[in-house]
Amino acid sequence: MSVVVELRGLHKRFGAVEVLKGVSLSVRRGEVVAIIGRSGSGKSTALRCIDALETIDSGEIEVCGHRVHDSALDRAQLRRDVGIVFQSYNLFPHLTVAENIMLAPVQVKKLPREQARQLADEVLARVGLSDKANHYPEQLSGGQAQRVAIARSLAMQPQVMLFDEVTSALDPQLTGEVLEVMRQLAQQGMTMVLVTHEMAFARQVATQVVFMHQGRVWEQGPPSLLDHPATEELRAFIANGL
Amino acid sequence: MPNFNWLHVGFLLQGLAWTLGLSVIAALGGGAVGFGLALARLHRLAPVRALAWAYVQLMQGTPLLILMFLGYFGFNMLGFQNLPALVAAGVAMTLFSSAYLGEIWRGCIQSVPRPQWEAAECLGLEGWPRLRHVVLPQALRIATPPTVGFAVQIVKNTSLASVVGFVELAQAGKLVNNSTFQPFLVYALVAGLYFLICWPLSAWSRRLERKLHVGRG
Repeated sequence: MSVVVELRGLHKRFGAVEVLKGVSLSVRRGEVVAIIGRSGSGKSTALRCIDALETIDSGEIEVCGHRVHDSALDRAQLRRDVGIVFQSYNLFPHLTVAENIMLAPVQVKKLPREQARQLADEVLARVGLSDKANHYPEQLSGGQAQRVAIARSLAMQPQVMLFDEVTSALDPQLTGEVLEVMRQLAQQGMTMVLVTHEMAFARQVATQVVFMHQGRVWEQGPPSLLDHPATEELRAFIANGL
Repeated sequence: MPNFNWLHVGFLLQGLAWTLGLSVIAALGGGAVGFGLALARLHRLAPVRALAWAYVQLMQGTPLLILMFLGYFGFNMLGFQNLPALVAAGVAMTLFSSAYLGEIWRGCIQSVPRPQWEAAECLGLEGWPRLRHVVLPQALRIATPPTVGFAVQIVKNTSLASVVGFVELAQAGKLVNNSTFQPFLVYALVAGLYFLICWPLSAWSRRLERKLHVGRG
């Protein structure tokens, strides 16, 4: 299977703090990679690097053929291939759910409005929110808002989806409905990289688990890794129930 | 010496109309230039930002009174003679209000939460489309109360246009007083007329501010 995301020796510092100390990672098409680790381990930063939301100090990033570390990178092209969903949903509050979803297809891909509307209805059906098309974000629950955010990303038909702790702001019940949508996406073959604290989800859905610690990939492997940690750090991380 | 009469009231109302006219010119001119300034202050090219910054500093650091004189005599020196005082006053008011409105709006644009900009960027929206469809609609909401509030400043500051011979409300009051010598009556009336324009604006601004807070909570 072809490699969709490739990180090689990423180094990144914020001022005096080195958050990434040589991170390498490879994601093949159709894989679901769960990145786990404590706060401050660099997992979110690594994820954001994939979508060129952070500049790196050294290393190489290749995503769907785009050389992300290159200063000549065409960000707009990269973002047609990469979708990202954040913990805080970041829906546009002044637009309805349908308008949120249609905005980028119409403005960026120049899709006619009727076609974009059709697309919006399709992706909303995929996340089970067909009846919310004309609602405003403030009328949605957190779980619904997050599913809309996923739908909005899907509407751009990305080749890989990134999820940055998308359920961390939700209560357990709402977390379930978002994870269910992600599980279906995975089953449909979407390539996914997620930073998560949901160990059960990582166990069941991920094809690869990456444990980050102190800015490094500390351990990685199949989800069974979580049952047989090789390092004391991962053992402690799992035992703390985080 | 004539007693204060309805002719004088009519004259004052005429002055009031010119005050309103000049205010509208200042708001439209200042708004247009100010919007350009706000965008220039956030431009990705440093020289553009620096230029806009310098303009704002210069205008905010110059008394409006001096801008009025510069507008009036400046046009004369540039060879435009016998230009109506309204033009000089309009230009001075535009320069003045653009610098303030530009800064108010820059602040409002920047106060649109960073994640909103980022979310748009991640969908491939950058530059003008991102501003137009994501940032400005949200900034507009934030900007309305302070903008309406600044309109009050515009109205009151038009009184300085009297120095270039523009007969707006304050100047009309001065002329009426010169003829009737009833300063207390005349200026109380003038103050009342200013209040009639400014108070509804302030009240509207306060209401908008409250509405904004409620919407957020």
